[in-house]
Amino acid sequence: MSVLEVNHVSKSFGSNTILQDINLAFEENKIYGLLGRNGAGKSTLLNIMTNRIFPDAGDVKLDSENINDNDTKLGLMYLMSEVNLYSNGTTLKQIISDTELMYGDFDHSFAARLIDEFGIDINQKFGKLSTGYNSIFKLILALCVPVKFVLLDEPVLGLDANHRELFYSELIQSYSDNPRTFIISTHLIEEVANIISDVIVLDQGRIMLDQPVEDVLAKTHSVVGPAKDVERYTKGLNVIGHDTMGTIKANYVYGDLDDRPLPDTVQLSNFDLQKLFIFLTNKYEGSMHSEN
Amino acid sequence: MQFEFNSAEPIYRQVAEQIEDAIASGGFEEGQQIPSTTEVSKEFHINPATVLKGMNIAVSKQLIEKRRGLGMFVTSGAQGRILAAKRDSFYEEFVVNLVKEARNLNISEDDLLALVKRGYDQ
Repeated sequence: MSVLEVNHVSKSFGSNTILQDINLAFEENKIYGLLGRNGAGKSTLLNIMTNRIFPDAGDVKLDSENINDNDTKLGLMYLMSEVNLYSNGTTLKQIISDTELMYGDFDHSFAARLIDEFGIDINQKFGKLSTGYNSIFKLILALCVPVKFVLLDEPVLGLDANHRELFYSELIQSYSDNPRTFIISTHLIEEVANIISDVIVLDQGRIMLDQPVEDVLAKTHSVVGPAKDVERYTKGLNVIGHDTMGTIKANYVYGDLDDRPLPDTVQLSNFDLQKLFIFLTNKYEGSMHSEN
Repeated sequence: MQFEFNSAEPIYRQVAEQIEDAIASGGFEEGQQIPSTTEVSKEFHINPATVLKGMNIAVSKQLIEKRRGLGMFVTSGAQGRILAAKRDSFYEEFVVNLVKEARNLNISEDDLLALVKRGYDQ
């Protein structure tokens, strides 16, 4: 059982603290969603996890071995990000061959299918690709290298709705055919909400949430009704957000409800991951603690 | 299958319910193969483990069965069993709410019965 661990990782750039004492464990064959607002530290974390930059403190281990300068372990991970690692004058075909040399293998038949489905010409030069096709090409590489951990930083950047649909379908096909761990950082929460099995929310360099999606959603409760009744019912609960419409109020609770009696006038339901994310990462007065 | 998912209920439970509904309506016929976990996952962008969990609920209710190496098939008698279970819960799920709402609207028992009769006559 392979585990990718992040232990007490901190990182600053100058006087800017980007990550503060991050602890995470990524298990085999799960799909993780790494969510956070702009500047939350997602890309820095992914770069540290793949040894592209170094943490000021802490370490990253794969199967209990430090990944720092560890070619064997780094060969089991692939990070697809906005940063271009290839020179503009190189053809896509050449980049594929180079990638195959570096990783020892490459799924050419799957690549051929993706190249055909996305309609990309591999004889063209890397520098000629549009933003969308730049992402698509890097995604094809990420899905076809023989690694155990695939890290995708903003995978659908610049992709139109049709190509995003196609990507999510092919991601699931690839995962079903060859289970491995995916860590996907994205702002399009609704699009990945049902694909990911576990969610990590990073906010201002700290972990706000790190749990299976199913457990997280079970703890979301929207409490709607006359303001007075809603206030009374949610007293002492972890209210992370609210809406009001005249005298009707919705309080959004994250955490377990105790056995308190529910007034007839108040309705209970769950709310979704995107809403939870917005409440957790918006500064809301009062209770801001995450419920782990 | 015409899956539509909401955020109010766990997805695996919705997967199980939708399979059940499709069998109840005759959309999935007895003895017929239903889409694989991967097909459902790909089509609706749901984690395969979640889809499998939903399918396993339908398996435990003996509505579908796994045939080794082939896939999932609707069991014989599945539709009848679902309809029987729906009839059993009809009072709790529909009649109780109907009467409650009628009371809220000051509709008398006789008027409600007349309305039910009108519904049947149409």
